[in-house]
Amino acid sequence: MAQTLAEKLVARAAGRATVVPGEIVTCRVDLAMVHDSSGPRRLKPMLERLGVGVWDPDRLVVITDHFAPAFDDASAAIQELTRDWVAAAGVRNFHDLQGVCHIVLPERGHLKPGLFVVGGDSHSCTGGAFGCFMFGVGATDMAGVCATGETWIRVPETIRLRWSGRLGRGVAAKDMMLALCARLGMDGGDYQVIQYDGATVTGLPMAERMTLCNMAVELGAQTGLIAPDAVTADYLREAGADFDDEAGELARWQSDPDATYRTTLDFDAGALAPQVAAPHSPANAAPVGEVGPVAVDRAYIGACTGAKLVDLRMAAEVLKGRKVASGTRLLVAPASARAAEQAAAEGTLEILTEAGADILPTGCGACAGYGGALLPEDEVCIASTARNFKGRMGAASSRVYLASPYSVAAAAVTGHIADPRDLLDGAAP
Amino acid sequence: MTENGLIGRAWVFGDNIDTDVLAPGRYMKGPIEAAAPHCLESVDPDFAGRVAPGDFVIGGGNFGLGSSREQAAQVLRILGVAAVIAKSFGGIFYRNAFNLGLLAVICPETGRIDARDRLALDAEAGVLRNLDSGERHACEPVPAHLLALIADGGLIPQLERRFKSDSGKETT
Repeated sequence: MAQTLAEKLVARAAGRATVVPGEIVTCRVDLAMVHDSSGPRRLKPMLERLGVGVWDPDRLVVITDHFAPAFDDASAAIQELTRDWVAAAGVRNFHDLQGVCHIVLPERGHLKPGLFVVGGDSHSCTGGAFGCFMFGVGATDMAGVCATGETWIRVPETIRLRWSGRLGRGVAAKDMMLALCARLGMDGGDYQVIQYDGATVTGLPMAERMTLCNMAVELGAQTGLIAPDAVTADYLREAGADFDDEAGELARWQSDPDATYRTTLDFDAGALAPQVAAPHSPANAAPVGEVGPVAVDRAYIGACTGAKLVDLRMAAEVLKGRKVASGTRLLVAPASARAAEQAAAEGTLEILTEAGADILPTGCGACAGYGGALLPEDEVCIASTARNFKGRMGAASSRVYLASPYSVAAAAVTGHIADPRDLLDGAAP
Repeated sequence: MTENGLIGRAWVFGDNIDTDVLAPGRYMKGPIEAAAPHCLESVDPDFAGRVAPGDFVIGGGNFGLGSSREQAAQVLRILGVAAVIAKSFGGIFYRNAFNLGLLAVICPETGRIDARDRLALDAEAGVLRNLDSGERHACEPVPAHLLALIADGGLIPQLERRFKSDSGKETT
C-alpha cells in the first residue's frame, strides 16, 4: 500500500507495516525534548506522584532557553531546579544556555530521518525538516512519555505544498510561510501533516527548511515534514549525528509516488514578494508594498524562527554600511551559541553591531514574552519571530509585525516598514 | 453535574483564542494560581473575576492555537470551567485539555450561542441544549479514550491507577 512519509514514520513507531489516517495508534518514542519552562519543573512533581523515573534517560534531551539567562529570583530558581533534576534523573543530554531548543537539538546531532520525536514546545515541528515525525506536546503529555516511553496519536492525513521556482533576492523561507499563513489561515493545517516539497524546497539549505517546518504550527498542523536528501545528510555529518546512509535511510524515508494526500497545492516561489504580517496574527500577512511604511519603535531579530546563522546573514546583507534609524532600536538575540560564535568569527555580528544593533543573550528572549526586553505600552515592533498574538511580547497595547530578517533589517535602517529589495544590490522589486 | 451531563452559563469568545491570551507568558514562571486571574484578560477583563464554577467557555474556530503551554487549559480548570465548546481546537490545546481533565467538545454551531445563555451539555451523547433559546446543537462525539481520561481526572491520575494495578498484578 502506498504511504506518505508521515504514515511511514508513524507506522514504524507504532510497530506496524502500514497505518491509515484517522486511526488512533500508540507509538514508541525514540527521543523526547524539553526546555526549562515545560521540562523538569513540571515533570518532577508528576513523575514523583507516579513514583517513576524517566523511562530511558538517554532518550531525553533537556535544553534551557526560555528563562535563559535568568533575570530574577524566580527564573534563577527554575534554572537551578532544572540543573539539579537533570543530574538526579541521569540525563546526559543537557544543553544549558546554548540557544533555543529547536536549533540546538539538530545542531548537536540528536535528530535524524526516521525518528518519532516529541518536544515540550509547540515549535517542535521544526524537527520535521530532518525527516523525523516530531511534534509539540504539553507538560502532562510529556510526563506520560517520560513515564511510559510511548504516546498516542490519531494518524494524520498529509497536505502537500509543492513549491517551484527560485526565491528572488531579499525573499526567504519566512516569506513563504507568511504567505501560506495568509492563504491557508491559522487552521488550514487542521492538525494534519504538512509536507513541503518541490524544487524550491530541495534547493533550500537546512536552516531555511527548518523555518518552513517551524511555522507549520502557525498553519495549525500537527507537524511539517520535508523528505531527507543529500543536503540533510551533509548537515547530519557536520553535526556529528549517528547517521549512516549505507543502510538506505534517505531512500526509505520518502513519500511513495502514488501516496494519497488530502490536498496538493502548488506555489510559485519566483513570484513571491517579501511578506509582512500585521498585528495580531501571522495570517494577516500581505506583500510588503501593501502594508505601507508603518513607523516602528523596535526591530527584533530573534527566536528559533528568525535568528539562525542564515537569518543573521540576511540581516547583515541589508545592514552592511548602514545605521539603524534614529528613534528605532534594533535588538538581536542569536538563536544559538553556535550561531553567535560563527556570526562573530565570520564578521556578520560586527556588521550588525556597527549598524547599531544591541546583541542580547541567546535564548527565546523577547519572542515568548517570558524574560526581559518586553514591549511597553503602545510600542510598535517588527520581528523575525513566528507569532504576533496580542500581548505575547509585552503590553496588550503593543503591536507586532512579522517579517523575514531582511525586512526587519530594512525597517531598522529606514525607521518604517520597507521593501528590503530596495536596499539590496541586484534585487528588483 | 446532573444525571444527563453538565449545566452552566456561556462565556462567549470569537475565533482564534490563542494560548498567549489564555495564559500570558509573563505569568508562566509563577504558580498556576497566579496566572489564572489573567486568563483572557486582554479580550475580556471581567472573565476571570466573574466566571463561576460549572460555566462553559464557548469559542469559535481554532480555540487554543499557539503555544504548547498547558497552563492555557489549566487556568480554565482552576477557574472551574466545566468544558470548552468550540467549532475547532488547536491540536496541542485539545490534547492538553483532556490530559488535565478539562472537557473539550467540538460543536459547529457555537456561533448561535449568546453570552450568559444557560446550556446543558451531554458530551457522551454529543448534544448541547440551550436552555434559554430551546435550541439543540449537535456536537462531535468525544472519542472513548478521551472520555476515559475525563472520567479518571486526567492523564496523571489515569497513569497512577494503571501503575498501581500493574504492580498489584506483579505481587499477586
